[in-house]
Amino acid sequence: MAEYSALSIVRNALSGNEHWKPAWRKPEPKPAYDVIIVGGGGHGLSTAYYLASEFGIRNVAVVEKGWVGSGNIGRNTTIVRSNYLLPGNTPFYEHSMKLWENLSHELNYNVMFSQRGIINLFHTPAQEDDHARRGNSMILQGVDARFVRPPELKRRVPALNVSGSSRFPVLGGLEQPRAGTARHDAVAWGYARGADRRGVDIIENCEVTGFVREGDQVTGVETSRGRIHARKVAVAVAGATSRVMAMAGIGRLPIESHVLQAFVTESIKPCLDTVVTYGGGHLYISQSDKGSLVFGGDIDGYNSYAQRGNLPIVEDVMSEVLELFPAFAKLRLLRSWGGIMDMSMDGSPIIAKGPLPGLYLNAGWCYGGFKATPASGWCFAHTIAKDEPHQFNAPYTLDRFHRGTVIDEKGQGATPWKH
Amino acid sequence: MIIVCPFCGPRDLSEFAYCGDADNLAARPDPAATDPAAWNAYVYDRTNPAGEHAEIWQHAGGCRKFLRVVRNTVTHEISGVTMLEPKA
Repeated sequence: MAEYSALSIVRNALSGNEHWKPAWRKPEPKPAYDVIIVGGGGHGLSTAYYLASEFGIRNVAVVEKGWVGSGNIGRNTTIVRSNYLLPGNTPFYEHSMKLWENLSHELNYNVMFSQRGIINLFHTPAQEDDHARRGNSMILQGVDARFVRPPELKRRVPALNVSGSSRFPVLGGLEQPRAGTARHDAVAWGYARGADRRGVDIIENCEVTGFVREGDQVTGVETSRGRIHARKVAVAVAGATSRVMAMAGIGRLPIESHVLQAFVTESIKPCLDTVVTYGGGHLYISQSDKGSLVFGGDIDGYNSYAQRGNLPIVEDVMSEVLELFPAFAKLRLLRSWGGIMDMSMDGSPIIAKGPLPGLYLNAGWCYGGFKATPASGWCFAHTIAKDEPHQFNAPYTLDRFHRGTVIDEKGQGATPWKH
Repeated sequence: MIIVCPFCGPRDLSEFAYCGDADNLAARPDPAATDPAAWNAYVYDRTNPAGEHAEIWQHAGGCRKFLRVVRNTVTHEISGVTMLEPKA
């Protein structure tokens, strides 16, 4: 029987809810493991889970500086989609979407994945052509996509201003119906529990302070809780890649760290049952199951390791919300926060073996890491277990920048603050 | 964030445009050089420090001068702003 089920709820209720097992243990670190994963966020935990469940490697530790889910997995705006243009990206993100579709069942943990669709609005004829091209590219690669015109938009998203009175009138949208949202911290907890049940040690409050090296070979990590050896060390630390890799002697990477802000309003009754993005600027907005509107926009646009941003972006994002949804002017903002995004030079991630022997790197997610959580862990686990990438992450090498095989969705070039 | 422009005085962040890592931009290889490794390192690789970071900002909504700003990426504290001198 599954550990969480209707029957287990009844049984535990009858015994005073005193016999639930903790979702994961709090083990002491062992002296050595087959694999150490640095970073107990979404990607690190899903890597551990798939190493144990798909690739049979169970002697694994996840070492986390803070607590599980304390980083970007708990800071994002929870959007899941696979509406990419380029062949280097689409198969990977579509694989992720397929893993999402079965995730609650697979983990026996409700991640509240809700396929409510995403609508990318366009506002000019040129933008419409661009969206048609992307939609066609998606369909050619087996991803769902369709155009939504203003009459249907008005019906689907009643609060949206489609009157033509706005600065950039809405001409329509490109929809991916299978896209949606998920409860972000449940994803971390579900993977943590699933990995733990398969023998993975999740070691929280354990900061990596250095790497153990034998010549070039990485053979373990120094941590605040002592030295831990491993045959393989995998780094999945989101916004701290440059800092962690500097400890391994890698001083320069194709990454800049930037701050991205997100916002949440007070809870209101259901009024927005899909995800909407604004094409006249940069805004993505959805309504959480609690009723709050959750939204964000561009990164602040300068290097930052501070988990807080500045006011110009706040003003910019709010003006975009009101451009699309004038009625939301009545709402009060409850919270805003920031997270650190490792912006890669082409806007695409890195999931690769190296750059040192015994070391594996998962990095550069820009601000699109949440939707990738399942496939990122799955592909990273494959790369670690087999010492070669799966075809889905084969394009995501670290040396692609020097080899001229960048995957630049926006055609932006090496200006990471503009991706 | 307020940047003190040497020409215009203290001005709001929204008047400035970010142009990237100053030390990296200053380390551009000789335009006639053809070593791909040097150019790749210049175009793509960054030190990305947590702490003091020298960067170029343009006072786009003011005097339009390019400035070299030393700013702490952890605290956002600015410790120095100078006009960017043309490369000799």
